[in-house]
Amino acid sequence: MSDSTNRLSSLRRRFSSTSPITIAFIALILGLVLGALIIIFTTPVILNSWRDIFHSWSSPWRAVKITADNVGAAYRSMFTGSIIDPPGLWHSLTTGKGWDATLTPISETLTYATPLIIASMGVGIAFQTGIFNIGANGQAVLGGIAGATVGSMLHMPTIIHIPLTLLAGLAGGVIAGAIPGLLKAYTGAHEVIVTIMLNYVVYAFLLFAVLSTPLQQPGQQNDISRMMDPSSQLAPIFGVASGLRVSYGIFVAAAVVVFAWWFLDRSSLGFDFRVTGANPTAARASGINSRAIMVLVFLISGGLAGLAGIVQAASTTHFIDGGFLIGNAGIGFTAITVALLGRNRPMGIVWASLLFAALGVGGRSMQASTGIPLDLATIIQSAVVLFVATPVLVKEIFRLRTSPTATVQLATKGWNS
Amino acid sequence: MRLELRGITKRFGSFTANDQISITVEPGQIHCLLGENGAGKSTLMNVLFGLLHPDEGEIIIDGEPVKFEDSGEAVRRGIGMVHQHFMLVPVFTVTENVVLGFEPTKSINRVDYKKATDDIRRVSKEFNLDVDPDAIVENLPVGLQQRVEILKSLSHDAELLILDEPTAVLTPQEIDALMDIMRSLAAAGKSILFITHKLKEVKAVADVITVIRQGRVVGTAQPTDSEGELASLMVGRDVNLTVEKSTFTPGEEVFEIRDLVVRDDRGLIAVNGVSLDVRAGEILALAGVQGNGQTELVEAIAGMRHVESGTITLKGRNITNASPRRVLDAGLGHIPEDRHRDGLVLSMSVADNLVLNTPRRAPFAKHGSRNLAAVKENAERLVQEFDIRTTSIYEDASSLSGGNQQKVIVARELSRPLDFLMASQPTRGLDVGSIEYVHKQIVDHRNKGNASLIVSSELDEVLALGDRIAVMYAGKISGIVDPSTSREAIGLLMTGTTSESEHV
Repeated sequence: MSDSTNRLSSLRRRFSSTSPITIAFIALILGLVLGALIIIFTTPVILNSWRDIFHSWSSPWRAVKITADNVGAAYRSMFTGSIIDPPGLWHSLTTGKGWDATLTPISETLTYATPLIIASMGVGIAFQTGIFNIGANGQAVLGGIAGATVGSMLHMPTIIHIPLTLLAGLAGGVIAGAIPGLLKAYTGAHEVIVTIMLNYVVYAFLLFAVLSTPLQQPGQQNDISRMMDPSSQLAPIFGVASGLRVSYGIFVAAAVVVFAWWFLDRSSLGFDFRVTGANPTAARASGINSRAIMVLVFLISGGLAGLAGIVQAASTTHFIDGGFLIGNAGIGFTAITVALLGRNRPMGIVWASLLFAALGVGGRSMQASTGIPLDLATIIQSAVVLFVATPVLVKEIFRLRTSPTATVQLATKGWNS
Repeated sequence: MRLELRGITKRFGSFTANDQISITVEPGQIHCLLGENGAGKSTLMNVLFGLLHPDEGEIIIDGEPVKFEDSGEAVRRGIGMVHQHFMLVPVFTVTENVVLGFEPTKSINRVDYKKATDDIRRVSKEFNLDVDPDAIVENLPVGLQQRVEILKSLSHDAELLILDEPTAVLTPQEIDALMDIMRSLAAAGKSILFITHKLKEVKAVADVITVIRQGRVVGTAQPTDSEGELASLMVGRDVNLTVEKSTFTPGEEVFEIRDLVVRDDRGLIAVNGVSLDVRAGEILALAGVQGNGQTELVEAIAGMRHVESGTITLKGRNITNASPRRVLDAGLGHIPEDRHRDGLVLSMSVADNLVLNTPRRAPFAKHGSRNLAAVKENAERLVQEFDIRTTSIYEDASSLSGGNQQKVIVARELSRPLDFLMASQPTRGLDVGSIEYVHKQIVDHRNKGNASLIVSSELDEVLALGDRIAVMYAGKISGIVDPSTSREAIGLLMTGTTSESEHV
């Protein structure tokens, strides 16, 4: 039982056919195939080309070519819009010019991924503790309100203002998380119900804050807050002039990833969290105070969601309005799917966030250049998660052989387990 | 019925659960299938009962090869099965349970209960089952519920009865009664396949013994063979059935409970004024049929169940209603009854499970950060020391066999500084080899002068380990006796008869 054989067997497990990485990769491919089918069945040009084979005896090759062209164009624009445009890259490399334009897609993807990583890490830690934190979005909103208040209404030098703003965001999330945590620990109230309802309370509070408190932009009747001081903003790394939006927030996200890794893998408290998540009764028998864990997990999970909220506001809009993180922009909800896709592990969450951000950003570019609606990106995102959540299905489709020891693992358990 | 299984092979993926098993059961014969847990007994019975389909081999009944698509066909061909876990509706009467699914009808939709009741009375009398057809099943003791199961099979004209580990839930007296019933069934020409891993019962009742190990028939034995011979055939090596104990020299009192009252999950009083004390260098064995309050007592001691009244004292410290953490820190080592629920986190590694209740203690952690090198060192040492069979200390606990999982818990608890060890059903579901090992560890711990409380529903285990034996019945201690007391006397205490108990 030497170390090298251990490492070998763990490596083998990681890339065996039912390992989470393989499953996630296959799920992505399946999602793209499904997306292609939807493009085919919803694009008149393609459908007409197939119909023409029978109507005007055109060559089947023409239909195949038109199909490939259209699907290819959609996915190409998705790729070039979210990662990199190869000709642009070549141009920049040979002439040394146009770097800003070349890097814009990847910068946008990173900008979207940054708060997502932070929020998903909070949701992931909760999942690992057996807690379903559906309230991440409300916690993020409250973090945004608290952070925007400190950022816009207090004035001080950058070196204190940024940390204080981020801390305020964190505190906002902690407060929003404390409520379901305490209720669950001391009354047994189910966290899913409490957090869902609390989201609406926070949304209402958001409207109140940007309409009826001094946080509202002076002279405005609309639901919009004051601008955050430049000293409290997370500035673009390459300067405003570059047009690249990727901000110093990415370092906050990196710090959160490192913290989450240390917390889950190396800290005693994180060990207690994982034991509680994996087997609550054994946790109790081992002397773990489950009540304290319930409260703590919500403080940490909520705190990270709140931090995500303020990072979002401080790095992109620099203000919040009545629609902050509402609807499609609800990173707290996206974070749940991202955490599942990333199997609640720090690096998994980073990759899943990048994938989701790239699909979202690329989807916009696809909509602009091919007219295929952005919703296709959402469909692909959802399909990927569905395939990951049902490994048995993926296994059946590809007739994968199970690795010798590992059984197919589910990303999370149900609500009540 | 003459039943012949010829070359039965059943595979699950690459694992062969039954490998070319051939046995023959003659009419009127009690055929014993002896083997450890996981030897393939239950798989074989499920094949016979039509619940699984064999990959190879055939089932021959009275010279005619048969194939069962489902258990209904097996029942129609005269095979009856009494499961380990009864399949009865608790709120129905005996009659209703027996006729369930096969109701004799007078006319359309009218069940002929009178006929059914008369039938049951007749069969019950014929085989001395002594069951009242009108009793409600949930009011019957476990032993009688089992007879209802037997009645059910007989009423479907079973000619061959499969009894799957039927004695696990019975008191010694009930076991004796069951043996008598089996004998009278055999005398009436019924064939019986009796599955067990308990040597005493095999010797008492079997006509023929077939021993199964790792899916294969490893031999046949005679009821006259010694228990040691049977055990070594079953395990595949020599087994030491008696535990070496040094002379009993009790020291000071370490653990004491006084007038303890504890309620169960339904809010009923499960432990009703129990007082016990355990001294250094002593194993106090708590015997009793399952469900007489032992589980609740153990949970209360471990800090996992609220104590209504009374006190628990460990080394002079009052730990009544203390948190599990405080109880563990006070020096309690706990081997829980349900290792999968309370003892292990199956999805975590062996190494992590070995520090499950000491993750913050030096050297495993410092300033809130875990010392994984120390965790690894600890795991490697304990795996070696306690002979835990695993391919790696980083394997999930779920990949270990039951015996090795229990060794993980034993290793974890005994490697901590302990003042008092409490083990509940410490060898349940383990093979003979592992039982031998766990017993040795517990006795070694006691020989070093430590105090232990062992809770077990296995009388053999209680007799092998206990320096004193307390018997629990209906939430009370019905007697505390010396291990030299006869099995019968202890069996009587297990049914609550306290008159003959002698206190030592």
